[in-house]
Amino acid sequence: MKLDIVISGVGGQGSVLASRALAGAGMGLGLDVRTSEIIGMAQREGSVTSQVRIGEQLFGATIPDHEADILLGFELAETIRALPKLKPGGVIIASSSAIVPVSVQLGISSYDREAMRRYLREQPGKVVLLDLDELAKSAGNIKTGNVIILGALSTLPGLPFEPEQLQQAVLNLIPEKLQNTNKRAFEVGRRAMEVA
Amino acid sequence: MGNEAIAYGAIEAGVQVAAAYPGTPSSEVLSTLAGLAREKGFYAEWSVNEKVALEVAAGAAYAGARSLAAMKQVGLNVASDPLMSLAYIGVKGGLVLVVADDPGPHSSQTEQDTRLFARFAKLPVLDPATPREALEMTKYAFDLSEKLLLPVILRPTTRTCHACQDVEIQDGNASLQPISGFQRSPNWVIFPNLSARKHVWLNGQQEVARDSFESSPFNQLTINKQSDVGIIACGVSYNYVMEALQLTGLAASVLKIGTPYPLPAGPVLKLLQHAKKILVIEEQEPVVEDQVIALAWKNRYTTQISGKNDNHSPREGEFNVNKVRSILESFYGRQPEQAATFTAPELPLRTPVLCAGCSHRASFYILKEAARGKDTLFAGDIGCYTLGAMAPLYTTDTCLCMGASVSIAAGLSRVEPHRKQVAFLGDSTFFHSGIPGLINAVHNGANITLIILDNSTTAMTGHQSHPGLNRTAMGPTDRSIDIARMAEACGVEFVRVADPFDLKTAMQVAKEALAFDGPSVVVMQRACVAQMKKGRRRRINPDLCTGCGACVDELGCPAIGKPAGSPEILDNCFGCGFCDQVCPVGAIEEV
Repeated sequence: MKLDIVISGVGGQGSVLASRALAGAGMGLGLDVRTSEIIGMAQREGSVTSQVRIGEQLFGATIPDHEADILLGFELAETIRALPKLKPGGVIIASSSAIVPVSVQLGISSYDREAMRRYLREQPGKVVLLDLDELAKSAGNIKTGNVIILGALSTLPGLPFEPEQLQQAVLNLIPEKLQNTNKRAFEVGRRAMEVA
Repeated sequence: MGNEAIAYGAIEAGVQVAAAYPGTPSSEVLSTLAGLAREKGFYAEWSVNEKVALEVAAGAAYAGARSLAAMKQVGLNVASDPLMSLAYIGVKGGLVLVVADDPGPHSSQTEQDTRLFARFAKLPVLDPATPREALEMTKYAFDLSEKLLLPVILRPTTRTCHACQDVEIQDGNASLQPISGFQRSPNWVIFPNLSARKHVWLNGQQEVARDSFESSPFNQLTINKQSDVGIIACGVSYNYVMEALQLTGLAASVLKIGTPYPLPAGPVLKLLQHAKKILVIEEQEPVVEDQVIALAWKNRYTTQISGKNDNHSPREGEFNVNKVRSILESFYGRQPEQAATFTAPELPLRTPVLCAGCSHRASFYILKEAARGKDTLFAGDIGCYTLGAMAPLYTTDTCLCMGASVSIAAGLSRVEPHRKQVAFLGDSTFFHSGIPGLINAVHNGANITLIILDNSTTAMTGHQSHPGLNRTAMGPTDRSIDIARMAEACGVEFVRVADPFDLKTAMQVAKEALAFDGPSVVVMQRACVAQMKKGRRRRINPDLCTGCGACVDELGCPAIGKPAGSPEILDNCFGCGFCDQVCPVGAIEEV
């Protein structure tokens, strides 16, 4: 058993929480887990990549290039930035929405959403693009995108944990008053996969 | 997380005093300890800087307590003065110095290798490969420190500090050993004749430490009889080596090294006996490699030893499985696999920026405007506000190290008197090492303006406390030190406090400070957005907006964009209201 998951996004989107939830679910099964994040200058609005490894006899916490089984993208451009981590034919579940960086507003760089969506859809494996902003609004909290993607992930076949186990691992990390919103967000993610 | 594992290791070892200055990737060691200090019955503090942290830990260790100091690699430079002397004086209670290295570097000014510092200071150093090992090594380090009567350095790197692993911890309270107390002795007073004697002792302790490491479980040799290649893998590189061997199917004997200095001879000699070729894989400097070469030479082995010295592996940057794999493949003379080409659409530049609603943005804008038309240089410093160097603010012309802005500005003022020199410094940085620079500027009459960006926290590293606040690492306090009064006490005649979100008043204060002849200080006071409740969101009134774009181009706020061509305020608006005041036509209003 080996499951390598890469999470990419923008600082502040909750990728650390998502990676801890996945790790928690893995630990609940008695498997080895490793996660790795770079925190510091990327905390706010910068690119963030988290890595989660679940399995038996693991070594380091970072996933070699072209070895990740699943890529969870919390932001459109950042999903593409993390693609070299994904193995050929790996699964992508990603947000189709953009967080446009200040550099684009200042005219220093550009952001072509359509080209990016097209490029992602052309990838060889299973690719699901979700309108994360809309889904999060329907869950009642714009900040629940991370949990929605975990909900979506939980529908994939061949995962070591059951959906309920992943959902519980998420809720274990969430304060009391946000439990219901995040339960809902997880379900919204699951339903989105039925449609997609 | 590795840093949490180190904290739990220290608690299991019965740590009694812990002190640190925050710095990525080290900060969570002390924040974890501080969170548990009251419950477990020990003391933890955020010190004003790393030198002070180490000295606090040393004092406790003089009295026989187990103590810990934590910092990042550049912090060790600040603490190097007490460290070098402490090696000669030694300790009674175990003292573990945790120094987190940041190969890459991900969030540091340098890529310096603390293992070299350990060798320079003649102190043993441990290099954990995983969080689990970090916990075990921390406990071992306390015992070793008491055995050798020396501080022991634990040097994790980013991929241990910020990696998470399932780790078993003991939940009960550690048995705190009784503190024997400080006993007066001339041996605690570093006179030259003591140093001369202690230097001989210190050199002797290198061999005692080396012998202790001979049987250490942190060094493991696995002989592969089918292969004449030996790999020596250090710290986190061990993980990369093992995974790369698995991926490539290459065979080798592997010596894992967790105690890079002083390097034990036994396991290395065993590998030299078996292998015809040895490759040393370690990040940063050839600390282990050089010792292996010396050992081989001394013992007349002609084994080929590769690594940094023959350019098989780089001395810069962080390793990963892919880099180690290609180093291995080239060492074995294998054609490396072609990496897949990547023809993605052009991706936007996404650098970290000051948060929406960050008051530093306002302060930079104000100083830039106040200095408009004058030849002005801006000396920056270390913190969130280093981001003032980015577009469109461009208000950071220099950045060297913690607390340097004020002295750099003073130095520039000596040779460029025609230019106005402005220095920026955060509140925590002011206490860390800004005060001596300010006193120096006053004493020597440097014509500089110091802007203290006081957001009531140590924001960049995760909101640790500092002496200007009414909280310590362990909880609330009623003792806080007023920065403006402190600046006055340093002898600054012009000291003003301003709210950077009050554009008109703050601008007036900034202009007066710039016009003042001699050192002047403005404390720009506004709490960090990460610790504040949001204000009323803003919107742009399309009937009034002329589309001049000043709100976008002058501020670079992530909450103002032009998704459809004309400026718009986005969902992530914090409601600070500064853009209202910058808009030349008053088109920005509360929602």
